[in-house]
Amino acid sequence: MTIEEAANGRDDMLIDGPDRTNSIPDGFNANYLKVYYGRLFPHVDMFKWMCYGNDGKHPACDKSYFGRREFSFTLDNDIYLRFQSFSSASELENSIRDKCPFKIDIGPVYSVDPAKRHAYAQGGDNVFAPVERELVFDIDITDYDDVRYCCSGADVCLECWPLMTVAIKVIDTALRDDFGFNHILWVYSGRRGVHCWVCDGKARRLTNEQRGAIADYFRVYKGNENSNKNVSLTDHLHPFLERSYTEVLSTFFEGNLLSSQNILSTEERYEKILSMIPHESVTTELRGKWQGRSSNSKEDINVHRWGQLKHLLQSRKQKAQWLRRCVKEIVFTFTYPRLDMEVSKHMNHLLKAPFCVHPKTGRVCIPIDPETCEEFDPTEVPTLSGLLQELNTGGFGADVDDEWDKTSLGKSVRFFRSSFLQPLLKSCKEEMETSYNAKVQQTKNNLSW
Amino acid sequence: MEIVSQRARIQIDAVSTLPLYRSAPSLEVRLEDFELYAMDRLRVLKGISDGLSRGKKPEEMENLVRDLWKANMRHLDSSEVINKDIISHFVLRLVYCRTEDLRKWFLSMETALFRYRFRLEKSEAQRALMAEFDLPCKAVSSAEFENVSDKLNQVVRSIAPIAPTAPPTLTGDAIFYKVPFEEVPELIAGRRVYIHKGYAYVAMNQVVSLVVTQFRSILSKALILTNRKWTSTIREQEKDRLTPIVEALCTSYLGPDYSQPKEFGEISVKDLDQISKSSFPLCMRHLFDKLREDHHLKHGGRMQLGLFLKGVGLKLEDALAFWKAEFSQKVGAERFDKEYAYSIRHNYGREGKRTDYTPYSCQKIISLTPGVGDHHGCPYRHFSDENLRAALDRMGVGSRAVEDVMDKVRNRHYQLACTLTFEAVHNSQCDAGINHPNQYFSDSQKILQSKNNAAA
Repeated sequence: MTIEEAANGRDDMLIDGPDRTNSIPDGFNANYLKVYYGRLFPHVDMFKWMCYGNDGKHPACDKSYFGRREFSFTLDNDIYLRFQSFSSASELENSIRDKCPFKIDIGPVYSVDPAKRHAYAQGGDNVFAPVERELVFDIDITDYDDVRYCCSGADVCLECWPLMTVAIKVIDTALRDDFGFNHILWVYSGRRGVHCWVCDGKARRLTNEQRGAIADYFRVYKGNENSNKNVSLTDHLHPFLERSYTEVLSTFFEGNLLSSQNILSTEERYEKILSMIPHESVTTELRGKWQGRSSNSKEDINVHRWGQLKHLLQSRKQKAQWLRRCVKEIVFTFTYPRLDMEVSKHMNHLLKAPFCVHPKTGRVCIPIDPETCEEFDPTEVPTLSGLLQELNTGGFGADVDDEWDKTSLGKSVRFFRSSFLQPLLKSCKEEMETSYNAKVQQTKNNLSW
Repeated sequence: MEIVSQRARIQIDAVSTLPLYRSAPSLEVRLEDFELYAMDRLRVLKGISDGLSRGKKPEEMENLVRDLWKANMRHLDSSEVINKDIISHFVLRLVYCRTEDLRKWFLSMETALFRYRFRLEKSEAQRALMAEFDLPCKAVSSAEFENVSDKLNQVVRSIAPIAPTAPPTLTGDAIFYKVPFEEVPELIAGRRVYIHKGYAYVAMNQVVSLVVTQFRSILSKALILTNRKWTSTIREQEKDRLTPIVEALCTSYLGPDYSQPKEFGEISVKDLDQISKSSFPLCMRHLFDKLREDHHLKHGGRMQLGLFLKGVGLKLEDALAFWKAEFSQKVGAERFDKEYAYSIRHNYGREGKRTDYTPYSCQKIISLTPGVGDHHGCPYRHFSDENLRAALDRMGVGSRAVEDVMDKVRNRHYQLACTLTFEAVHNSQCDAGINHPNQYFSDSQKILQSKNNAAA
């Protein structure tokens, strides 16, 4: 996702201004947002994060680091400002308060200050290029439209949201255990999906080719409506897929999705599944069992039918490996994470910053704790109007620091700090120390020689 | 040829016949050899490029490279073979260092060439080459091997070709290297290795990937440096001698890039429907029809079709009007202006880096991997049998010709399949074959115009 998620829906409702009334009408508008940026948005935390320790006093700090980061603002009058850069925390904060962007995107760190890119472009030597960028992932529930029956498009409900939970679990485990990354931030995108920011130094310095390789490592879902098969597995799964299947996907599919999405309840739906089994005698037999009869057992009809299907495909009669493989392929088709690959593959892709407010829903893009992601409920996240209401009833003055702490946003900011920012900055400092010492050592050696 | 320095040659001979091209040789080269050697190597690289775009398998590529090398890179004097190899490589570096597109092409072809030549080497030579690169890997100890052998076996089984025999099992003496995963992107992308905590376990028969990555990254950096030298000094110094040769060499082989519409001038929006039916290749026609139908295309499709239309001669203003007319039916005009117009101006080099992007070639399109909701890519490669047949039928390809096309598709000759489609639709020969959607378009227009002229 990049621009597509920016919304155009604004309620230009006339209100007296949030400070004068106690009841804040629902919705989203520039006045609300001004208050949000003025009193709640965690500017300093965002600055600290984007500095990666380079704002300290250590001699190895790169003072130009933050200033080479691209920010991009989408303003309420449809103006799209790219290549914004800032030299300090206060400059960033003032610009956000002043311009009141409906959306803030974060881009890469460039070789030179992106605001001055034209000056460098004259050289013709292509010195203006991205040099660092978090490894990012974007998962959008609209990409699951062919396998969810409760909603479609931008809608999301508690029946289909667990697909996002599954995606977080699968990707998060692989990023940590397989790739060895530690500093991972998951963020609710504000409406219909999740974003992931991998911030380890190693991740930020990956080349496009390496990013593409990681994205492909996660790619199982191939093809589209033009080709037949969407998930094609080998008889034996790679350890990553095997783990994802046994630890997450199969339990989720059988214990949750099967009944919640009524995957086998009607003819149209079970035909979709049968079309994924390339063996006519099996599909004929199942169709015979399912046609024109609703199960009279107390068991859920979907669970019952899935049991029949599995039994038939995995029974001793079916020696062929590829028939057994079918069960896994069906489960992967319905549950395996569908990533927007382009976002992850290129350093210069922009991604919406955490703690933005989604203009369509008014919901704040808050971090999600992967440890407890199944408890996350998108309908319960703090909303812009709700937060202003809390500010009003709280009755504290605008001069108090950390006003967010008294609102329902507090939990999210505290989580961002303690679980993400602090450990990240600690390891940035260590990394800086190590590389600095190595450099010093090297110069010493050079001198003595 | 006069050899000024013997040293470089002796060093290389001692290792293997596969040089790493670390530094330019200090040899004196006759001017005609300079050009001839380069032409010979270009034939090899062009052959590799064709092979890759036909989706040849690694084993087929290996044979292809062996044959191409034999046919083009021999020298009457056997002691000159290695010099010819090195000289031609460095000449082409000069030729292909000058723009990003040229560098990209040269880099991937030279890397492919190196890969298959490495695979053809004997294992001692391979190990010697590995030693010559300073590879960031260490052999996995037998204790560690015990710990992860389950996982390693799992990977071996998962990548084993489907065979009636039981999948192979690793024995204790199997050699594995442990390397940071960043060093073996292609093995990661294909899930061909086990990775744990950032380290990939690379089997001996996979080290080619490690070596190739290294080769590629060294060459990539070298090309940037060569480009700097070229623009700062060489081009001017050699303006009467080498520069004309160098400048002629790349255009003679890569063909036009279709970034500037030349032959047919401008095309206006109202003509699009008609020419899409008469002269668009299937990949573009499919995108075009989908856009008309859904009033939307995802990013990959917008790029592929948008750049093609630019190459066809649609001006920026017309392109904006065309895309807006479609998209606004779905997302509204306001959202189009806000979210999509930028990328269209970007394609025309009016935003961002301000690069005038070139339309995708067949090779690029074939290598794409369209996902859910995508319609870009090469239909001959990415469509199912059934959908492709239906699409060909809609293009008006007769049933016998359809079978010929499907036959090419089965053998993964996607461009030949497209060529056959072209011939069937236009009822005329296309000897050059289809290499670029914009070439399909311009060849089609030429035929239609000559038919019109004949009729008039």
